[in-house]
Amino acid sequence: MARSVTPRRKALNTLIAWAAGLLIFFPILWTILTSFKTEAQAIAAPPIFLNFDWTLENYAIVQERSDYMRFLWNSVIIAGGSTILGIIVAVPAAWSMAFVPSKRTKDILLWMLSTKMLPAVGVLYPIYLMFIQLGLLDSRIGLVVVLMLINLPIIVWMLYTYFREIPGEILEAARMDGASLKAEILYVLTPMAVPGIASTILLNFILAWNEAFWTLNLTAVNAAPLTAFIASYSSPEGLFFAKLSAASTMAIAPILILGWFSQKQLVRGLTFGAVK
Amino acid sequence: MGRITLEKVTKSFGDVQVIPPLDLEINDGEFVVFVGPSGCGKSTLLRLIAGLEDVTSGTISIDGNDATSVPPAKRGLAMVFQSYALYPHMSVRKNIAFPMRMAGLDQAEQNRRIESAAKALNLTDYLDRRPGQLSGGQRQRVAIGRAIVREPAAFLFDEPLSNLDAALRVGMRLEISELHNRLATTMVYVTHDQVEAMTMADKIVVLRAGNIEQVGSPLELYREPRNTFVAGFIGSPKMNLIEGAEAAKHDATTIGVRPEHISVSAAEGLWEGTVGVSEHLGSDTFFHVHGTGLADAITVRAGGEVHMRHGDKIFLTPDPEKIHRFDQNGLRIG
Repeated sequence: MARSVTPRRKALNTLIAWAAGLLIFFPILWTILTSFKTEAQAIAAPPIFLNFDWTLENYAIVQERSDYMRFLWNSVIIAGGSTILGIIVAVPAAWSMAFVPSKRTKDILLWMLSTKMLPAVGVLYPIYLMFIQLGLLDSRIGLVVVLMLINLPIIVWMLYTYFREIPGEILEAARMDGASLKAEILYVLTPMAVPGIASTILLNFILAWNEAFWTLNLTAVNAAPLTAFIASYSSPEGLFFAKLSAASTMAIAPILILGWFSQKQLVRGLTFGAVK
Repeated sequence: MGRITLEKVTKSFGDVQVIPPLDLEINDGEFVVFVGPSGCGKSTLLRLIAGLEDVTSGTISIDGNDATSVPPAKRGLAMVFQSYALYPHMSVRKNIAFPMRMAGLDQAEQNRRIESAAKALNLTDYLDRRPGQLSGGQRQRVAIGRAIVREPAAFLFDEPLSNLDAALRVGMRLEISELHNRLATTMVYVTHDQVEAMTMADKIVVLRAGNIEQVGSPLELYREPRNTFVAGFIGSPKMNLIEGAEAAKHDATTIGVRPEHISVSAAEGLWEGTVGVSEHLGSDTFFHVHGTGLADAITVRAGGEVHMRHGDKIFLTPDPEKIHRFDQNGLRIG
């Protein structure tokens, strides 16, 4: 028997869903609202919700004080570059684990994931020293490589789950049809895996975009992305909440818009394999 | 050309040997069917020939050349899979063109072969559709089309009809036989359905647990099964196998009589029993006879007009010329 849902029950469910949604979204909403307040109103107690003097002043000051476009461009390069590099490395890796697994494949996958359990600060020293020696400090290429490595386990795992869903017989058919390994990956596997690869790219881009630990520690001026742009507004001479909020809003806006338009892909990517 | 020779081929998965040392010769242009119950190693054997699995030891040669370590792409064989294994993101045309694209054939030649294959397989109207928009039978035809255009040395079929409904299966069976007559290319066909084996094969290879039980033409297998396994596997309904005193009369441990070689009477005969289930097919009637003291049930074929009810007394007389005799090891005598 199907569960019957009374209208009252349905209304209650809707209400709870909205409440949960708003609760999760509230910090972002509050940041956006604060960015339109004056500094005094931003720290007013009790807090003012909507009834304040809406102003764009903070945005003007932020624009004046720092070059938003430069930070934005760095973010795009670092997030985009690390994602592309990660996909190039992860597709063959995930392919071999999904289609020619060995006895140790599961162990390798778990080991890869286990590296995510180590706190990043644990390897800060060695990486920092390597960066000094290689002259990579405050360089975009250095960050691209580090963020790629940081997110690689997740990319491999996601692609692995996607590839596992592709019937092996189709790849065998390609082999029988005379396809080389390269042709097999290029013309058969990749097109079939496009939805999976797209969600992986998207999720990884977002992760890299929001990554703050390495981007803050390994950059100063030249390669500083939007995370550094936000951080520069929490200065020792006092917190300027309104300006900080304006900077934050500007930093998250691009990724928020990207996420909004690709919701469907993202949800599919995150719940993949749970339901068929 | 498509002569395939297997010499002392074995295959093990870990410690489990699924194919014990096996020799087999498939002649050019032959339609060879591997048949056996599930898990008998017939698909593994086909995949070894295809190169999709590596042999553990032994050699496979194609047209006299050692192909044991040649990758599947280079063996010049085409395979049709049970699941069709079409490329879902490509149109029918592109699916069929794929092997030619991989071989680097020029566009005009590709188009010529696609058109001719599509015409032969009734796919002309579907060339621009995706596999997802086709029925099972059409998909199977696309898979066959993709195999034909390569002009392979041999076709390998891995239970290609088992996903189709009964009516379609009979139709496709004829189409594949027709195709073999037209192309005269070697075909190796795997099935668990002995009817497919009997109707299509030039040569049947009966497998059990990786061992070849018998190789021969359908009628050889039907008339002179080498052992009780082949006797029971080939022919439908199955041969009646009788042990004990009745077999001893014929100087054998087991005797076998096919249902169609037993005559039925309501009045007199050699063996007496009662009718159990009767299956009326219109042209024939099959009676399952109990209480003969020979075996649990004896199956007999009678004409479609013979009517006997459940529980009726029935007399059976086997045709003495058609009694198969087997020794204590289940091997044929004489």
